[in-house]
Amino acid sequence: MAKSILSLVLNGRRRDDAVADNMLLIDYLREVAGLTGTKMGCDGGECGACTVLVDDRPRLSCISLAYTVAGRRVETIEGARRGGRISRLQRAFHEKLGSQCGYCTPGMIMASEGLLRRNPTPSDDEIRQGLSGNICRCTGYVKIIESVLSAADGSVP
Amino acid sequence: MEYMPEFSVVRPATVAEAVAMRAADPEARFVAGGTDLVPNIRRGIVAPAKVIDLNGLEEIRKIESVDGGLRIGAAVTLAELIEDGRLRADYTGIVEAAGAVAATSHRQVGTVGGNLCLDTRCLFYNQSEWWRRSNDYCLKSRGDVCHVAPKGDHCFAAFSGDLAPALMVLGAAAEIASPSGGRIIPLTGMYQDDGLAYLLLGADEMLVAVRVPAPADGFKTGYAKSRVRGAIDFPLAGVAVGLRRDADAVVDLSVALTGTNSMPLMIEGTDALTGAPPDDAMLARLDGLVRDRIQPMSSTFSPPGYRRRVVAKLTRSLIRRLYREG
Repeated sequence: MAKSILSLVLNGRRRDDAVADNMLLIDYLREVAGLTGTKMGCDGGECGACTVLVDDRPRLSCISLAYTVAGRRVETIEGARRGGRISRLQRAFHEKLGSQCGYCTPGMIMASEGLLRRNPTPSDDEIRQGLSGNICRCTGYVKIIESVLSAADGSVP
Repeated sequence: MEYMPEFSVVRPATVAEAVAMRAADPEARFVAGGTDLVPNIRRGIVAPAKVIDLNGLEEIRKIESVDGGLRIGAAVTLAELIEDGRLRADYTGIVEAAGAVAATSHRQVGTVGGNLCLDTRCLFYNQSEWWRRSNDYCLKSRGDVCHVAPKGDHCFAAFSGDLAPALMVLGAAAEIASPSGGRIIPLTGMYQDDGLAYLLLGADEMLVAVRVPAPADGFKTGYAKSRVRGAIDFPLAGVAVGLRRDADAVVDLSVALTGTNSMPLMIEGTDALTGAPPDDAMLARLDGLVRDRIQPMSSTFSPPGYRRRVVAKLTRSLIRRLYREG
């Protein structure tokens, strides 16, 4: 099996790893880098649970080949903390009950983070669009949208 | 899904290298974003030993203004397409179609070429290995019988790309490269109505760009799509319309469809409907033209009759919208 050296910046730190051509990004993150916060849901690019950020844009790690992020900045839920404190989005999901069983939450937060970087003040509709690729089987989405809105408008400390 | 099968990746730096690699190994698969190919590999429905990665081909990753129109490289992502100011201004239908493909996260990597060459899809094909094995596979992959039409020897998997019809109503052309040079053909000429062999591209050929002429003044385009889920879903049916209004009449009309057959369809004969407003009489005649061309089969969870009705409704409402806006 052909391998190549994958050099990337993962959650702010430069890494170099030998990865097989056929390795999926999610397998690299979970099994090579040991970052198990990224979840495998549908396993086919349909549910968004595995969403990570690649150069600030949301990417489905379960249908991305690892070598395609060479030279890029990759962020996972483990990289969301800032200065030892969970991020504003994470606090908002916590305060507004945007998370129930929690399985979709890493993907929801990374997709929301990508959305807020592109559009810091999204409307309700723009949040629905931005998260349309993420499935949650618990919340019914209302609390998730409230969470993102409150992170965006700064009402969460 | 199954564990990832083994394959190796080669990374050409130029189009010439890419087509030479394909010519040397016709079983190899091109990949750019991988949003179509990777799930298909994981389900075991395709098993290439070699994958030719097109992400290094800078020459086909740009949108250029050419002869008043646009040349859109095949490796341009759907997100880049949606964000391009020239497209947003004058090619609304393309932007609407690109925006209807899957979700934001897919569109960051999914490409124009990938959507135009998207593998045809079927309820009996896009399934896991064990699902298909327990069903004795199907005509499109490893089996002998088409479960959609068991008596025939034809595959009815549906072409499900959203961009093709939006480009067709603008008269787009496909720029195709091969080791012996290349050719430019109307985009409509790149497809045939066969779920197994839907692309009329040689083994050593590659779609490198689409050329879209500038729309005539006042020619409005749009795209409408029906799907089970509001995002991340392929079309049960998709309709692109190009229309120009003068006073109270439609003076130019183009209609193209996706999701109903194994190829995207340009509806012929719409010229004869112009010169009138889009009233019930005109739309009923258009319904007839569409009805004669489409052949939705039981390749989706939604039955063919439903998709027939949906095509008519989508077409009518899109024409009325563009007429109002025109």
